[in-house]
Amino acid sequence: MKLRTMWRHIIESLRSIKRNGWMTFAAVSAVTVTLFIVGALFTIIFNVNNISKQIEKDVKVRVEIDVKTSRNKENTLRKEISKISGVKKVSFSSKKNELDKITKTYNSNFKMFSGDANPLSDVFIVETTSPSKTIKVAKEIRQLDNVKTAQYGGEQAKKLFKFMSEVQLWGTICIVILIAIALFLISNVIRLTILSRKNEIQAMRLVGATSWYIRWPFLLEGAETGILGSIIPIIVINWGYSVVYQQTVNGLMNAGYSLFTPGMFLFRIDLLLIVLAIIIGSLGSLVSMRRFLKI
Amino acid sequence: MIELKNVVKKYPNGITALKGIDLTIDQGEFVYIVGASGSGKSTLIKTLYREEKVTSGIIKVNEYDLVRMKDRRVPYLRRELGVVFQDYRLLPRLTAYENVAYAMEVIEKRPEEIKSRVIEVLEMVGLKDKIRRYPSELSGGEQQRVAIARAITNKPSVLIADEPTGNLDPDTSNEIMEIIERINQQNTTVIMATHNQSIVNNYVHRVITIKHGRLVSDQEKGAYRYEA
Repeated sequence: MKLRTMWRHIIESLRSIKRNGWMTFAAVSAVTVTLFIVGALFTIIFNVNNISKQIEKDVKVRVEIDVKTSRNKENTLRKEISKISGVKKVSFSSKKNELDKITKTYNSNFKMFSGDANPLSDVFIVETTSPSKTIKVAKEIRQLDNVKTAQYGGEQAKKLFKFMSEVQLWGTICIVILIAIALFLISNVIRLTILSRKNEIQAMRLVGATSWYIRWPFLLEGAETGILGSIIPIIVINWGYSVVYQQTVNGLMNAGYSLFTPGMFLFRIDLLLIVLAIIIGSLGSLVSMRRFLKI
Repeated sequence: MIELKNVVKKYPNGITALKGIDLTIDQGEFVYIVGASGSGKSTLIKTLYREEKVTSGIIKVNEYDLVRMKDRRVPYLRRELGVVFQDYRLLPRLTAYENVAYAMEVIEKRPEEIKSRVIEVLEMVGLKDKIRRYPSELSGGEQQRVAIARAITNKPSVLIADEPTGNLDPDTSNEIMEIIERINQQNTTVIMATHNQSIVNNYVHRVITIKHGRLVSDQEKGAYRYEA
């Protein structure tokens, strides 16, 4: 297609976006709501998957020792743990050390718990030879004396996954319904355009305009409607994600996890939303073209 | 050259508009198609620019086989045909100049070519001083001239006119006929459906009469014979 022709189609499509006024506004709003939810859901799902992976890779079992346990008994326990098959390394972290970590992560208010007031337990960090061993190792440790708890990352990951699959399911249902509404509204806008340009279409057909020449403005109008609808969700999601990232980055970092850094991640999300907007818009206009545009 | 062999057209509602038409029209001929309303002449005209597909038979226009051709080729067939209607069908929001230019723009002609050609055809139909007028500011005869200018601007080899004088008074009709005659003299085939008896008798050409979907007479230098 010639550049001049493309330019003509773009002008024509923008003109009819303006002409369709409120109908365009309705369609744009539908796309806005859809993309906002899609965008939010995608950022959440991607990050949760990412963190889940980080948790799964965490092959450590965290063993909290009963508060009353003596040093001698702790040493016995340490030897017993070392004997369990699949255990690679056992390291000790005193309750003072644990409190320091918390104080660093959150704030110095926790300092009042130092010394005898410290409510935490001494901890053994048990590294296993592979992630699959953590469950078995944790179970065996729980059988031993003087053990308060033995937790492994995989457990949290599993719960997280279960929760996420639920979020995904409902999110997907929402998205499908919203996309259907957006498609319906866009196809109605395009139908209006087709009807209002009936005479022109007839004239174009008579003098031998190709069918794509006739279709292009409608396709563009749909795509442009989609793009207009993607502006607000992109701004809100970029801003919101940056804020959430700033607020959580320190806490998560200390726990050994991280969200995607905003720059590249948001760029990808934005791209995804724009592409989705264009697809929804073009699809909406194709629906109307099939039904109302006789070429 | 236009060739029809045993052309049958049945509409989905069961009406058979054409019941086997055989017809050959040479390049540069002038042919009237006459017949009562509902005789099938409009259907016949429509099949020529493939507004309607035929049910069976053969239609060839120049090198195009209208029965077998794919839909996406139809635009190229239409570039070889100019079509004019009783109700002009101009775009109301465009000026005379723009209406004609539009026909060239949509088939992606170069702007320089469009400008000179549009002025040339508008001059040919005698509207050189009214090119900036909108259709609503033009008389019926003037609007039809714009429509003719639009139809011939891409230099079609065939001009199809479906009752072009149907809405016009006798004097204006004669002016339109003079223009169509001039186009025909430049070796453009003219196929014109009409009810207008005096035109057929004054501008003498081949006359084809359609009745109940059949070709009932075909006369060189004929006169209007069909009885109402």
